[in-house]
Amino acid sequence: MIEGALWRRWVFYNIPLILFVFVLLFPFYWMIVTSFRPDGELYRPWNAMNYMPFWTNKPTLEHFRYLFEETDFGRWMVNTMFIAVVSTLISLFCGVLAGYALARLNFPFAGSLGTVIFVTYLVPQTLLFIPLAEIIRDFHLGDTPWSLILTYPTFLIPFCTWLMMGYFKAIPKELEECARIDGASRWKAMLYIIIPIAVPGILSSGIIAFTLSWNEFIYALVFLSSPEQKTVAVGVTSELIRGDVFFWGSLMAGALLGSVPVAIVYSFFVEHYVSGLTGSVKG
Amino acid sequence: MAEVSLHKLNKRFEAFHAVKDVDLQIRDKEFVVLVGPSGCGKTTTLRMIAGLEAVSDGEIRIDNTVVNEVPPMDRDIAMVFQNYALYPHMSVASNMAFGLKMRKFQKAEIEERIKRAATILGIESLLGRKPRQLSGGQRQRVALGRAIVRDPKVFLFDEPLSNLDAKLRVQMRVELKKLHERLGTTAIYVTHDQVEAMTLGDRVVVMKDGVVQQVGEPLELYNTPANRFVAGFIGSPAMNFAEVTLAESGGRLVAEAPGLKISLPPELAKHGRTNLGRGATLGIRPEDIHIAGPEDDAGHCFDASVEVVEQLGSEILLDTRVGSALFMASIDPTIRVRPHEKLRLALKPDRLHLFDAESEKAL
Amino acid sequence: MTVTAVPDVAGRRPAVRLRKLEDERWLAFALLSPTAVLLGLFIAYPFVEGVLLALSDAKVGDPGHFVGFANFAKLWDDNIFWTSVWNTFWYTGVTTVFKLGLGLWLAMLLNRHFRGKALVRAFILLPFIIPTVLSTFAWKWMFDPTFSVINWTLFHLGFISQRINWLGDPGLAMSSIIVVNIWRGVPFFAISLLAGLQTISPELNEAAAIDGARPWARFWLITWPLLLPVTLVVMLFSVIQTFADFQLVYVMTGGGPANATHLFATYAYQIGIGTGLLSQGAAVSLAMFPFLFAIVVIQLLYIRRVEVR
Ligand SMILES: Nc1ncnc2c1ncn2[C@@H]1O[C@H](COP(=O)(O)OP(=O)(O)O)[C@@H](O)[C@H]1O
Ligand SMILES: [Mg+2]
Repeated sequence: MIEGALWRRWVFYNIPLILFVFVLLFPFYWMIVTSFRPDGELYRPWNAMNYMPFWTNKPTLEHFRYLFEETDFGRWMVNTMFIAVVSTLISLFCGVLAGYALARLNFPFAGSLGTVIFVTYLVPQTLLFIPLAEIIRDFHLGDTPWSLILTYPTFLIPFCTWLMMGYFKAIPKELEECARIDGASRWKAMLYIIIPIAVPGILSSGIIAFTLSWNEFIYALVFLSSPEQKTVAVGVTSELIRGDVFFWGSLMAGALLGSVPVAIVYSFFVEHYVSGLTGSVKG
Repeated sequence: MAEVSLHKLNKRFEAFHAVKDVDLQIRDKEFVVLVGPSGCGKTTTLRMIAGLEAVSDGEIRIDNTVVNEVPPMDRDIAMVFQNYALYPHMSVASNMAFGLKMRKFQKAEIEERIKRAATILGIESLLGRKPRQLSGGQRQRVALGRAIVRDPKVFLFDEPLSNLDAKLRVQMRVELKKLHERLGTTAIYVTHDQVEAMTLGDRVVVMKDGVVQQVGEPLELYNTPANRFVAGFIGSPAMNFAEVTLAESGGRLVAEAPGLKISLPPELAKHGRTNLGRGATLGIRPEDIHIAGPEDDAGHCFDASVEVVEQLGSEILLDTRVGSALFMASIDPTIRVRPHEKLRLALKPDRLHLFDAESEKAL
Repeated sequence: MTVTAVPDVAGRRPAVRLRKLEDERWLAFALLSPTAVLLGLFIAYPFVEGVLLALSDAKVGDPGHFVGFANFAKLWDDNIFWTSVWNTFWYTGVTTVFKLGLGLWLAMLLNRHFRGKALVRAFILLPFIIPTVLSTFAWKWMFDPTFSVINWTLFHLGFISQRINWLGDPGLAMSSIIVVNIWRGVPFFAISLLAGLQTISPELNEAAAIDGARPWARFWLITWPLLLPVTLVVMLFSVIQTFADFQLVYVMTGGGPANATHLFATYAYQIGIGTGLLSQGAAVSLAMFPFLFAIVVIQLLYIRRVEVR
């Protein structure tokens, strides 16, 4: 529609949008600047004369060096990646199969099982972390990656199932029926016809599941204890803060590097991520 | 090639009884069309034959083998769906190969069969494309191709032409007919379009509310409909009906309604006398009505006032009012008629139909 | 499928293949079992375990005994607990209102054609994608009383004349946390609502405009009612996530200063893991359950009503 004069477009659309973008992205800019700023500049009070918030003239890699040489940051990255990838794969496997069953098969209690999945989708991790910690200990999984790989699916599977149900429901049932008449068993029809068609949905679920695992904090905080087992988020929190001394430079460098894998995955699959995100709220 | 027989076939969806006691013997190489209004249970019947829907009661035999519990993959049938159901992630060639691969055919054999089918249907140049790169008519052909490469015992078609535009539909209808003559495979074809049914079927099965109304060759249905429903469903434009009372008048049986007094021919009168005094429905097709001339018996003429004139070129359709009934007549296109004109029309007595008012069965 | 065998006298009869996976019920069972096992082991079982734990006096290294509702009775008299309850509701309510308002605004700004739209949309989601703990550290650093870029900006804009200790003052700390939560949540609202907006045919708005409706009227009479179902679902997710939030507060204040900013989750963590009073901690997080349950039920009922309408 016609939006009126140029000045109206600026006042009502462009300027607000620019402000939004600025506020939403500024913390990342701040993160980047801080991680390259030498300590001398870093710890200069804001009301000092030579406080220079938005730029640094002496960029340094010192904080990154500290991260890799004085802490297990490399290990944390590898741990997080391993945990995120494996738990995502497990969740995709379970979620795709369960989503298929709930969306396309007729069996007793199909409807109520769908509701159960939706309800577990809504169970927050913070509700169960204390008893889970006990169970993890009973299973002798404490302080191993498996404590997270096996528990992350509790929030990833319901999510994947829910999302996949939407994708599966959108596939005409005739395709599957045709395959079965063509000589495929139900199992093969699912494997060769329905799942390949649902690949975009699987990608979306996978990407979001990956970012969710990478983002998870409280289980990792509670279940892991030794420095070399930690994930990035937990490692950064516990090893770069000593008492009330914050190693801000390295902290920001760690936050920056810890965000990179998610950002890369996200940038490659923005469309899938967005369609998954919006698909997940369609209900 | 196979015979298919349905014996007292029933389907219930929970409380809803969709298909009721359907009996049908389909001969080898026969092209049978199931026709009826939407929701009458045609698709459900077809899906039971395919094995996609469990049979609630009764029996389905293919080649004299009961297949009630045989899964679709083992029935050796092929089905063409209304929306074609082409696998969107596979090329045309892979779509056609899928059924053969599932049955573990040799690679060379598969290629050979695809080539043959593609030649028959004229889709050789499309083999490498994906379904979304095809037009509606091309998709239709690919769906057919996928069915014929299998060389199954039976073809099932569920309204395969209804997604095509009118012109293409006529063209594909002819091709389907040719294809059947060439392959000779038993075919069961579902449609709600009586023209398709009449032109394609060796025999036509008319269904209503899950019940078979009549089975017969197309002309049989047209000339001697078993009941009022079949009479009204088959033929276009539809048959005219008038509620009449039957009375003897001067040795002839006369059907009377306001503004209408028709003497029935002896053959019909014989059947009609059983209904003397009871109500009946008189039926006459628009094409059996013409403008009255001197040669027409007064007992077969009636006055009508024209309400709408539809000029079709090859004929003129007149919507007329006869007493309280509405009659449609198809007349010679050279005659000039205007709305609101009064006309004297005549009908062909040997083309009259008479139905019982209660049971609606033909008398 | 009916499995009543019809005896066949005249004809041959193929051996009915007993492939169980052809039966929908068996296939469904097979497909659902991995999910059922994992969710049973790590959701249903911990839930039961959690209830038992909350009814005991277990500590780290001490399985404890059944003590009934003693833990809950203790919470009843615990001021910090009530502060956390209040905080949780305040935090959830305020952030949701702002996220919805700002998110909707941003969605409408994005629901137009302009150059670089895809890029803007991609960047806008970053706060939601980047691990919360990591981005929250950036905020904590921005809020640092001595080195705060925010103080510097406000000072140079003339809004303040002396330093503000953002995270040191109870009220300010809560507000700061709220700001960060809104910052993180707005993109999710905006992108989801944008998807909802895109399903509304522009012709509806155009028809209303031709009928003489002003923009504000068009929004309330057309856009908003059509967007309501999506909005409600987005709010459902957001409310639950916010209500049960942990990471943000843990990083920003750890519940401080002086236990003023605890939420259910951070308080449960402090008691259960920090002090090792497992049973007490489990009781705090379980106390969240009835509230969550009520929120979900109310919202789902409302969503159903709206969708039926
Ligand atoms: N899965 C089902 N559950 C309940 N009712 C159904 C189902 N499938 C079809 N029906 C009902 O059975 C009747 C016959 O349907 P169908 O065979 O599809 O009719 P058509 O003759 O138009 O192909 C319809 O009234 C339809 O609503
Ligand atoms: Mg149908």
